[in-house]
Amino acid sequence: MATSSVSKGCFVFKPNLKKRKISVPVENYFSKGKNESEDSKLRFETYQLMWQQMQSETERLQEELNKNLFDSLIEFLQKSHYGFQKNSRDWGYQIKLREIPTAALVLGVNVTDHDLTFRSLTEVLQHSVTPYVVSLQAKDCPDMKHFLQKLASQLVDCNVDVQSKEKESVQVTQKRIHYSMDSLSTWYMNVTQKTNPKMPRKKRTSSQWQSPPVVLILKDMESFATKVLQDFIIISSQHLHEFPLILIFGIATSPVVIHRLLPHAVSSLLCIELFQSLSCKEHLTTVLDKLLLTTQFPFKLSEKVLQILTNIFLYHDFSIQNFIKGLQLSLLEHYYSQPLSVLCCNLPEAKRRINFLSDNQCENIRRLSSFRRYVENQASEKQVALLTNERFLKEETQSLLENLHVYHTHYFLILRCLHQFTSSLPKYPLGRQIRELYCTCLEKNIWDSDEYASALQLLRMLAKDELMTMLQKCFKVFKSSSEKQLGNTEKRIEEFLAQFQSLDEAKEEEDTPESQSKGLQKTDLYHLQKSLLEMKELRRASKRQTKFEVLREQVVSFIDSLVREYLLPPETQPLHEVLYFSAAHTLRQHLNAAPRIALHTALNNPYYYLKNEALRSEEGCIPNVAPDICIAYKLHLECSRLINLVDWSEAFATVVTAAEKVDANSVTSEERNEIIHARFIRAVSELELLGFIKPTKQKTDHVARLTWGGC
Amino acid sequence: MMSKLELKEDKMLEVQFVGDDDVLNHILDREGGAKIKKERAQLLVNTKKIVKKPEYDLEEDDQEVLKDQNYVEVLGHDVQESLKNGSTTDGGNKVYSFQNRKHPEKMAKLASELAKTPKKSVSSNLKSDPEVTIDIPQCSKGHSASDKVQLKSDLVEEYFEAHSSSKVLTSDRTLQKLKRAKLDQQTLRNLLSKVSPSFSAELKQLNQQYEQLFHKWMLQLHLGFNIVLYGLGSKRDLLERFRTTMLQDCIHVVINGFFPGISVKSILNSITEEVLDHMGTFRSVLDQLEWIINKFKEDSSLELFLLIHNLDSQMLRGDKSQQIIGQLSSLRNIYLIASIDHLNAPLMWDHAKQSLYNWLWYETTTYSHYTEETSYENSLLVKQSGSLPLSSLTHVLRSLTPNARGIFRLLIKYQLDNQDNPSYIGLSFQDFYQQCREAFLVNSDLTLRAQLTEFRDHKLIRTKKGTDGVEYLLIPVDNGTLTDFLEMEEEEF
Repeated sequence: MATSSVSKGCFVFKPNLKKRKISVPVENYFSKGKNESEDSKLRFETYQLMWQQMQSETERLQEELNKNLFDSLIEFLQKSHYGFQKNSRDWGYQIKLREIPTAALVLGVNVTDHDLTFRSLTEVLQHSVTPYVVSLQAKDCPDMKHFLQKLASQLVDCNVDVQSKEKESVQVTQKRIHYSMDSLSTWYMNVTQKTNPKMPRKKRTSSQWQSPPVVLILKDMESFATKVLQDFIIISSQHLHEFPLILIFGIATSPVVIHRLLPHAVSSLLCIELFQSLSCKEHLTTVLDKLLLTTQFPFKLSEKVLQILTNIFLYHDFSIQNFIKGLQLSLLEHYYSQPLSVLCCNLPEAKRRINFLSDNQCENIRRLSSFRRYVENQASEKQVALLTNERFLKEETQSLLENLHVYHTHYFLILRCLHQFTSSLPKYPLGRQIRELYCTCLEKNIWDSDEYASALQLLRMLAKDELMTMLQKCFKVFKSSSEKQLGNTEKRIEEFLAQFQSLDEAKEEEDTPESQSKGLQKTDLYHLQKSLLEMKELRRASKRQTKFEVLREQVVSFIDSLVREYLLPPETQPLHEVLYFSAAHTLRQHLNAAPRIALHTALNNPYYYLKNEALRSEEGCIPNVAPDICIAYKLHLECSRLINLVDWSEAFATVVTAAEKVDANSVTSEERNEIIHARFIRAVSELELLGFIKPTKQKTDHVARLTWGGC
Repeated sequence: MMSKLELKEDKMLEVQFVGDDDVLNHILDREGGAKIKKERAQLLVNTKKIVKKPEYDLEEDDQEVLKDQNYVEVLGHDVQESLKNGSTTDGGNKVYSFQNRKHPEKMAKLASELAKTPKKSVSSNLKSDPEVTIDIPQCSKGHSASDKVQLKSDLVEEYFEAHSSSKVLTSDRTLQKLKRAKLDQQTLRNLLSKVSPSFSAELKQLNQQYEQLFHKWMLQLHLGFNIVLYGLGSKRDLLERFRTTMLQDCIHVVINGFFPGISVKSILNSITEEVLDHMGTFRSVLDQLEWIINKFKEDSSLELFLLIHNLDSQMLRGDKSQQIIGQLSSLRNIYLIASIDHLNAPLMWDHAKQSLYNWLWYETTTYSHYTEETSYENSLLVKQSGSLPLSSLTHVLRSLTPNARGIFRLLIKYQLDNQDNPSYIGLSFQDFYQQCREAFLVNSDLTLRAQLTEFRDHKLIRTKKGTDGVEYLLIPVDNGTLTDFLEMEEEEF
């Protein structure tokens, strides 16, 4: 069946049922793509397992991070609803009764993450506050009618969940009813009276609520039409005594927007409390911390990949979801493109898998550049053994892999430790966030960088209490880690701390006699000056020898030695390719593509795609044999706002005829001109489709240019 | 100017396509005497040096490293510069350059003036003239006689400068005078079929490269990503090959976005009616969408592939359409693979929509011609947009009575007589009635009105109320077509 027609735009293809049953499992696509499909099935399974783990970990993190926010929100809801329940005669409550309790939830600009937050918020609220949670989006509510309709239908849905599902058929007919606030409040009365006797049996968690409030979440408060919002607030405030509404505004920008959208008369009907969600940057830090800066997941990102992902996050969207998507893609790419990624799993499993590696895979190991480097540094007999003996190679790989895992445990401990030291230095020479430090460490030997030198310099000038708090933090880092491999270091830090402590006492003793002996002498001016000078020199000399300073120097050099020993960049480790995903280029192409640039390159420099020598040209020029559209494009660049089609077509013809010269003898010149004109028409209509030009009525046979400036 | 166009064969041999830079250098050499010019020349050379092109023959790895560095730097400065290759890095502001067009004669004067008094060039763009750059084909053609010398960095300013004056100076020549001005679709195709394709080997290689990705696409579609293809050239054939090789055993819907009658409604209809075999109707598109979403959520064994050619087409680029397609594509068991072509297509999607779509971008530059995609379009030279081409005009007129044809001819003649009158708004109904009566074409104003209604239904005429409340009649067809039509009519009778 063809997919082009002049009367239809959609073509449905339905294979017969029998055929459809045999659906191809996904892993087949995984293995078929590449020629070198070693262990592809296993790789795909590992990918899926790993991804599931990572995903559940991120979800858990999300929950954890939102917990604080949700707790305070729930508290607010309970508190504000309390007044309604109590039905108090207190004057303050009477006033409050006229105000709709409102929580303004400032969520930040990462709109894409909001959905997830709202979803879990709805769940939490339904579980612990009220069954009546409704969330509306601006695009569903262009006017009051739709607003109420959506609200009502969702409320009824909530109710169905609480009661039995038998009403579902009724619900469909209900949809057509025109809702008003009155009908809603009578509905509410009915429902609460009906369900109340049942409540204690059915839902014990929310049974303490005599009349559960109705929580309305406006997901994107900014994009609601002001009129709808104002009307709704005014109307519902009139009905508040019989329809206990609580509003939650989702705000992406700043709380000021409430007052911009709502005039004072309306906003005075609201009792607003502000809630701030965790900033997305902190969120990112936690995600990085728990997914990458840990030995829990063997999969690691190389410096460039990490850089790209964080850059997309920081400069494009602030979206955690997108970041995780990028992570997923890199995970997939890694397992897809690296045959040895089959070993990218937890250590015992990887060791087991090494034993079953095929000959081809062994060859793959030998081909790894990091492994080759490793072999070159070995003794010659061992070299031969590694390159010829499969069993020996496997054993060696096992130990290397183990080393790699040990390397990571040390690496992250020391990284955190170093971060403790550098994160609070003035001007943050190594970055405020651990991810910045991590990036630098991944990239190169950090101790070669100027930033590191200046950081050490600053460390050497720290006061004692600052240094001690840092040391204590480090000590905690070591304490909290389950691995005890760096126990020695832990002990050293403990010692340092003890020494600092003892320094305190020693210093006091030291200081007192000295100051007493010098301060009480009576002299003339000359002697005073002399003794002052002496004292100054003495102090300068003694400053170097202060016990504290010696100790500080020791600490700094200790840290330095740790860094130099353990924070080696991963490229130095043999077999790092197994765990590190480094194809930053592919990742960027798929996540952060630049279609305009691709288009421009294709038009401007066809040689980039069509590797034909005839197309090779100097910068800024284009050979006349280039595809028609390129020539037309190049010519149109010479024009200003409007382009005369006749001139354009003639210029085009000139260029093209010059190119065709050789084989032109066969056809008559008239026909040739016709053909060239047709080619021009095609090129122009293609440029129009691409959006470079558009027809204009300003002048006959002219087109308007649409692109200006750099792309 | 016209004499120059008839280039002789031997002259054509010398024609060479030269870009901005050479023209620049050429001009600068000539004017090297002036001091200010010299400084600028050096400046130009400097910029050229800085943005040196990376060698294309570099090892793949090296190139990647280079690109990556570039990228990081670029992002760091928050400037979206080109990342792909060198030519685009430096191409950007040079290639999209533009200038105020002046009349060639004036330009010649200006250029010689400027050569003596270079101060002027600081404020105004310097133009070269055709004589100075005589060996450059575009210039000798008079098509683009000017080239920018001044590389002003402030492109925004230039944009407004170019748009400040409503007058645009281009030559007044029209296609009417050329005999082969407009072709219909059929002859166009016939003519183009005679053109032998160039670079077929390279194109084939490109396509093969993309075909190797098919399995990967399937994998990624199944893992929850959707795929969007971009790059120059029609991606229809590629997607069609993908469909025939990979999707034979799956339910899939092919959607031609470039089809002028396409709408989200029709897409949803084909899903509900043909895929899900649902015969009911829906009150609104949103209801329909909700129904589909529920259906797909309930039945996880249901799988559907959507192939959309030109997701950025005129009909689908609207915010609502994109929202709906995005919501469809965010479903786990609906897989979307789409192509975009328009330069500004990515602007359709804000962050929310992008996260719905969950795109993976693939560059597939094919250089194939957009044959199918442009065949529907009211292309510039094929038929003027919004107006009726000659063939349809005659076609409709042939089905009318002789009297009706006479009425219409009267109107055409009147309109052609007034074609030089810029304030002509149409023929008033009363005058028209009078003329028709005199020609014995109608006997009452009711019959004329009945005729006119028929014309209007066929979109042959347009009526407009004038300022005095009188109805004016106008044929919304350009005069050239009308003249041709009259000629044809005369031949027939």
